[in-house]
Amino acid sequence: MIEKKPIVFLLLATATILVGTVITMVVPFRWINDPKLAIASVKPYTPLQLEGRDIYIREGCNNCHTQTVRPLLSDVERYGEYSKSGEFVYDQPFLWGSRRNGPDLARIGGKYPDAWHVKHMKDPRSMVPRSNMPAYAFMNQPLDSSLSERKMKALNFPYTQADLDALKGKTELDAMVAYLQKVGNDIPWRKTGRAAVLGELKNPYQDNMSVLPEGKKLYSEHCAQCHGEGLKGEVGPDLRDMDKPDAAVFGIIYSGTQAGMPGFGDSLGKDRTWKVVTYIKSVHRR
Amino acid sequence: MNQQEGYADDVVKGFITWSMVWGLVAVLVGVLISFQIAFPQLNLPPYLTYGRLRPIHTNAGIFGWGIGSFMAFFYYITQRLTRTGIWSPGLARVQLWLFNLAIALAAVTLALGMNRSKEYAELEWPVASLVVVVWVIFAVNIVMTIVKRREEQMYISLWYILATLVGVAVLYLVNNASIPVSLTKSYSAYAGANDANVQWWYGHNAVAMVLTTPPLAIFYYFLPKATGVPIYSHRMGVIAFWSLIFMYLWTGAHHLLWAPVPDWVQTLAMAFSVMLIAPSWAAVFNGYFSMNGQWHQMRENYLVKFLIFGITFYGAQTLQGPSQSIRTFSAFIHFTDWVPGHVHMGTLGWVSLVLFAAIYYTLPRIYGTEIYSIRLANIHFWLVLTGQLMFSISMWIAGVQQAAMLNATNPDGSLHYSFMETMIEIYPYWHIRALGGVVYLAGLCVFLYNIWKTVAGAKTQGAAQPA
Repeated sequence: MIEKKPIVFLLLATATILVGTVITMVVPFRWINDPKLAIASVKPYTPLQLEGRDIYIREGCNNCHTQTVRPLLSDVERYGEYSKSGEFVYDQPFLWGSRRNGPDLARIGGKYPDAWHVKHMKDPRSMVPRSNMPAYAFMNQPLDSSLSERKMKALNFPYTQADLDALKGKTELDAMVAYLQKVGNDIPWRKTGRAAVLGELKNPYQDNMSVLPEGKKLYSEHCAQCHGEGLKGEVGPDLRDMDKPDAAVFGIIYSGTQAGMPGFGDSLGKDRTWKVVTYIKSVHRR
Repeated sequence: MNQQEGYADDVVKGFITWSMVWGLVAVLVGVLISFQIAFPQLNLPPYLTYGRLRPIHTNAGIFGWGIGSFMAFFYYITQRLTRTGIWSPGLARVQLWLFNLAIALAAVTLALGMNRSKEYAELEWPVASLVVVVWVIFAVNIVMTIVKRREEQMYISLWYILATLVGVAVLYLVNNASIPVSLTKSYSAYAGANDANVQWWYGHNAVAMVLTTPPLAIFYYFLPKATGVPIYSHRMGVIAFWSLIFMYLWTGAHHLLWAPVPDWVQTLAMAFSVMLIAPSWAAVFNGYFSMNGQWHQMRENYLVKFLIFGITFYGAQTLQGPSQSIRTFSAFIHFTDWVPGHVHMGTLGWVSLVLFAAIYYTLPRIYGTEIYSIRLANIHFWLVLTGQLMFSISMWIAGVQQAAMLNATNPDGSLHYSFMETMIEIYPYWHIRALGGVVYLAGLCVFLYNIWKTVAGAKTQGAAQPA
């Protein structure tokens, strides 16, 4: 019958479409971003961070990088604490992405020192060999902050004149790094979630020369970008003549440091970490 | 003949022509970005980087090629099924040029980095507003044509057309709600997990209302036209129609499995995604059963080959999609290359094959001529089929391999591979994918050449025999 009444048909089709829409899209507004799920330590973006975020959007970084850590072993061990809805209440738009051509960035904040990001953005392959990320050296240009105040007002974020003044003389790269260092770092997961090393720490490869080639290979893949070929130091310190005990070196590599070095326990595992320790301890200034 | 019946087909010609132009742009940019992923030196910052070009690829493909040709065929089909000319040919012409303006502006603004970041809703608010104007003109024109129709019964294609008109309108308006800061910058009106849930309600139903209901409308019209026998079951079409447009809208959150949106929304999305197999396959079987006694046409009639392969890919797509919507499988392959492999089976296999058939059928009739070369049409078919299979199959394997590596653990429970160790293993598959894109592009060029020769031939014919 209705196939003879186009207007009635149109209304019925609309109603049909709206059922699922209302239940799965409109109604969840009642629960998502509920004040009960708010996390007090999550703060809005500063003008510099917001400008960085807008550059991230402008460059379409979300086409290759996700920003959600799923509560799955392979995600949590690789990237860090799983994402919570309360962490995203200031994200307009959300930037969770849909494809990981590159790694997830939900926990990138605090993972690397600023200098690492600057070098990596300008020339990704100098820090991550065989990366397919485009080089963003052009971001060395001055930051256009003419809309910053209007942006902060549009999003209702608090700011001071000092925040706006601080934008003068900044580059786009500065803003980008400021944003990346904030992402996922508002909850104190790095301190509480630090991989704990249990049991007695004894190097199973002490004085075992046969693991040095593998240790060297692992070093050049995971460590050389910051500590340099030959351990001479660059973003990170010179590692030659390491005088810390094996167990302490293991702890630093496995869990990272407060000074900005990321932990490698998740990606290397204990066995390979010990091989790197053995290699590092074997290198001396001549 | 067409003029006598009062059908306004000039605008159909216009939309077909321009949709082919945008389709070529989409494939060219697609091939470029597939090479950029494999060879990062090909990124030319700031304008020609993967991050800025990928939205141009998707927008040119979905909106330029997809929507552009749907507008052509909605006008073509609606006039014939209602036995009425377009309500306002003038408005339709205005719509064609506003449509082209919108797509051109989209390409330019996206290259300049004006981007809302929400997938398939990237356009900043002035361009998005233009899209809304285009759609309103289109919807009014089609609905008014149907209202003053001379054929009482509405054939199933018109149902899908009407559903598309209202579905796209609702989706686009809600997901494009923005807080403007300037002419070139705005922020989403929703925050965080809410924004994500709205976005994927939109994103997945763009698949429903742009990449499913319009090609189905076209399929249901052109399959009987091409074979000369009616569709197998109108009743099955009716049931499939209502259940399809009911269920699709529940499934958006299957893009957000394991993400911080409420669990029940994810579970509903998962359940409805699996249920969607039924209406999807009802359309597939309606196509297959319509071929009863006609399967020999797969050899003899190139149009049928395009259409039946198209509906077959639709069938494969609607089995693979629901399987990806299941939590455990999603945990494994989500965020890997499996998903682009899946998407391109739908866009290159299903949607584009059906559109190619519709264009091959329609253009010679509008121009009052025959297709220039059936042989070239067959070459076109095999090239695009090969290119698409190279793309999809290499990406499925790449996705499974990377997922398996990402999940591999050491005896002590730590992960065996770093992200980069898994990524560098995918390079060979990216090379195959880029090559597949080139083969597809070659097929598309054969198609465009064939169409160009057909139209050029019709024009010289017309000049030789003045009326």
